[in-house]
This record gives sequence, C-alpha cells and structure tokens, in this order.
Amino acid sequence: MRKGGLLPWLYIGPTLLILAFFLVYPALNTVYLSLFDKRSENFVGLDNYVWTLTSKEMLTAFRNNVLWLVLFTALTVSLGLIFAVLLDRVRYEPVAKSIIFLPMAISFVGAGVIWKFMYAFRPANVPQIGLLNAILQNFTNLDPIGWLVNKTTNNLALIVVGIWIWTGFCMVILSAAYKGIPKELIEAARVDGANEWQIFWRMTLPMMKPTIAVVATTMVINVLKVFDVVYVMTNGAFGTEVIANRMYKEMFHYRSFGRASAIAVILLLAIIPVMLVNIRRFREQEAIR
Amino acid sequence: MNKKLTKALSSLPLNLVIIGISLIWLLPSIGLLISSFRPASDVLSSGWWVTFQHPFDFTQYTLGNYADVITAQGMGRAFLNSLYITVPSTIIPIMVAAFAAYAFAWMEFPGRQVIFMIVVGLLVVPLQMTLIPILRVYNQLGLAGTFLGIWLAHTGYGLPFAVYLLRNFFGGLPKDLFESAFLDGASYLTAFFRLALPLSVPAIASLAIFQFLWVWNDLLVALIYLGGTERVAPLTLRLSSLVNSLGQNWHLLTAAAFVSMALPLVVFFSLQRYFVRGILAGSVKG
Repeated sequence: MRKGGLLPWLYIGPTLLILAFFLVYPALNTVYLSLFDKRSENFVGLDNYVWTLTSKEMLTAFRNNVLWLVLFTALTVSLGLIFAVLLDRVRYEPVAKSIIFLPMAISFVGAGVIWKFMYAFRPANVPQIGLLNAILQNFTNLDPIGWLVNKTTNNLALIVVGIWIWTGFCMVILSAAYKGIPKELIEAARVDGANEWQIFWRMTLPMMKPTIAVVATTMVINVLKVFDVVYVMTNGAFGTEVIANRMYKEMFHYRSFGRASAIAVILLLAIIPVMLVNIRRFREQEAIR
Repeated sequence: MNKKLTKALSSLPLNLVIIGISLIWLLPSIGLLISSFRPASDVLSSGWWVTFQHPFDFTQYTLGNYADVITAQGMGRAFLNSLYITVPSTIIPIMVAAFAAYAFAWMEFPGRQVIFMIVVGLLVVPLQMTLIPILRVYNQLGLAGTFLGIWLAHTGYGLPFAVYLLRNFFGGLPKDLFESAFLDGASYLTAFFRLALPLSVPAIASLAIFQFLWVWNDLLVALIYLGGTERVAPLTLRLSSLVNSLGQNWHLLTAAAFVSMALPLVVFFSLQRYFVRGILAGSVKG
C-alpha cells in the first residue's frame, strides 16, 4: 500500500457527503426536533417523550410491538430451525426450500394483499371467499371470524403474515449452519445409541447456538421496525397499532413533527443495543469463516 | 423389495409433514394467482378453490382483470415508475460505494479505520430517524415528489451496507495482485477498473440484487418522498392505495398484487443463487 495524498479523499468524498446529508444531519436534527412542539417553533423540553412513553396510543403500540417481538421472533426462528433440520432429510429439499423462501421475494404490500384475501370475511349465511373462513364454515360449527377486526385475533393474524414472509429467511441461514455440522460427529452419536431427539437437543442445538442468536437478533430488529404489513392490512385500527406506523401517522396525519421525532428517537434507542450485538456476532462469524 | 417398502413407509410421515408445510406456504400465493384470472362475479360468489373441480375448463378464466388494473387502475404506469425508480437507485449507490470501498481497502490515508467504522456504524440508524428533516429540505429544494429525490434518498440509505460489503470483499482479494500492479506502475484507477471490479462480480451481483429488491419492494421511502404524487408513484404505493379504494374488489386487487410481484419472482427464479446470497448478506442492513 502506498501513500495516496489527496487522491483517497476523491474516492470516499461522494460517500461521505451523501451520508452526511442523508443520515448524519437528519439523525441529529431529529433529536433536536424531538424537543420542540408540533411545528418545531417552541421548545417543549421532554414533553414529546413523556407523551411517547405514556399516551394510550403509544402504549398500545408498545404492547403490540412486544407481542410481535415474542411471537414473531420465537416462531420464525423455531420454525426456520425445524424446517432446516427436516428438509435436510429429503431429496426434494431445494424445491421445498424455494417454496418456503419465496415470500421473501415479494413486497410486504403484496404479502398484505395476499393475506387480506386469505382472511376475507363474509356473514355466516353466504359462501366464504377467504380460505380461513371457508375452512371454519365447511369443517366446523364455528361462525366466520373477522380476523383483522376481532381484537383477540387481529394482532395474531398480522403476526402470521410476518412469519409467512420471514421463516424462509431463517430457514436458509439455519440450514447452512446445520449442514456445516460435521456428519461424523452425528454418526458417532448414532452408533453410540443416541436417538434423533437426543442428537437434536444435545448436539445440533448447542452447535448451532451462535447462528440462532444472529438470526434471532435480526428478527428482533425487523420487529421493532415493522410497518408495511400493518399499514396495508389494518393501518393500526382495532388495537393493532405499532411504533413505526404511529410515527407515520403523527408525521403525516397529525403533522406533529415533535412527537414523530420523539418516536423515531425511541425506536433508535431500542435498536442500537440489538444492532451492536448483531454486528459483533456477525464479525465473529466472519472471523471463523 | 420388502426392505425398500419398509424404508418408504418409515419415511412416509416425514414426507407428509414436509409436503404439508410446503402446501401451507404455497396456498396463499396460489389463491391470489387463481383469483386474479377469475371474472368478478365468480370471485365474489365462490372461493378460488372451486376452480379445482374442473381446472382445465378455461372458460372460467379471464385476462380482463389484468387489462383493467394495468390501464384503468394505473398499475402499468406504476410498473414503469418502479423500473424508473429502481434501476438508478441500484446503480448509483453501488458505483459510489465501490469507489469508497476500494479506497478503504487499498489506499492509505489518515483516519481510514475510524471513518470506515463510522460509515458502518450508520447501519444502526433506522430510516425513521431521517424522514422529517430530509422531507423538509426536499420541500424547500423542490425534490419531494421527484425521481431525482428518491434516487438520492435510496443512495443514501443503501450506502453504509454497500460500502461494508464491498470493502470486505475487496479487502479479501489477494494482496500480491495489487502490489505487483502498483509496482508495474498501474494507477489506482487502473487497478480499480482492471482488478478490483472484475474480480468482484459475484459480490456486486449479490449486492445489486439485494438493493434492487429492497428498492422495488420498498413502501416507506416512496410513501414519504413521493406520497400523494400519483404521476410518479411506484407499484407498492399504487397497490397500497388500491387496497383502500378497491375495498372488496378482489378480482382487481389480486391482479394488481400479482403485477407488483411479477418482476421479483422472475429475478427469484432465474438468479436464485445470487438472490439468496444477496438477501443473506443484506440481513444486517438497518
């Protein structure tokens, strides 16, 4: 490597300028705006943060994000792991993997339409056109359910869409890690009389722990920022609000830039620790590779 | 023979479970696809699975929904807008990032490591932190609702990850190669175009596919900087407003949704290897 003088700055200059304008300046400005009122005219101290952490709307959003955090993360990661292990045993693995990974290719808006149609609801006396209510109508005595309106089902219904999209992602990464486990070790355990169940819990799982952690933290970050699915399917109605959708509403519907900025800052504060863990883990993995 | 039979029988439950899972994952998309080809009266009076009773009776299918959404509902226009947004929003950040990544990997200058760490550190900033200030500047400069505005925004948001990925890839290329090129009098620019770029085609391809899909499927950035301007709205934006305006017109909504998915699906099936690699590498993006 030789000294470049001014030349290197020509190479990195455009990147630094663009990043300064699109990420550094706005992030700092958002922190500043979060201390001002609706129209960014009067200083209000921490009022916006008090509102963010105590208002009924935001508490609903926090509750739902926690619900997403627990169910979405647990189910995407565990289903991804189960699929990775099961699919490894059949010859048509690539086809099945493609099918489960497919939803990653389409937009969340598209996925929202697909599932809104799955959840379509009609009164009990007419034929159902949504698959889920048709199953209820034809195979059970239950009345059709307004999946996205009913307060006991709607958050779960949205989370299912998220799981449908992201499980394939978890599966592909976990599958790569699973295939990296030396087969001789597992064979040796089999010869020693361990059954598949014991092999999974005592060998596979512990050896895949680092990868599982990376996948789980990635899912946690997704959950904190979840927006599109909720925006398209319910727009936060009937108690399905989430943090990112609320921020959008404060910004565009209520024109309250102070509150919207405070929500964004809270979102950043929630993401930073997870992201740091993730980057550190990611680099450790790179080092091993 | 008997052994084969017992083996097949013992793996039967496993196969049933896997086929069941695959079906569950596939059914929602199949329902969408079939419904998009059914006439309005059929879609509203019976479920899409009814077509399975006589799947090859082609009189029950129509292309009318597609004709309607592409012309009257503006999905054709939106498709072109999406292309017009996505192509530059993929090329510009990768070009800009490639130069910077090259300097971070092969040039020496004060603060090299620190600046690189800061660039990568910007991955933690969620988009939401940037929307209000940038929108305000855009409104003053007249960039809101323009293609240029959204190209630049996607460039900004895509850069940290692109620099990170390319820097790691460039840095992993053999050192001797660059040193002997420099000894032979090659300039930095020559080494960049003749060595670094050609050797990084796989990494650049994965990155390009990731960025392409990210922009193509993006709703939030388009919503903020293009929202309300129908003329420039991409597919995701148009589709999300159709969800509100078309309500229960499922024959049209399903066709519109499929129009928005067509290109990503082609990319998925034709470039699956790069696609998977790109998505996996992109998973750290903020």
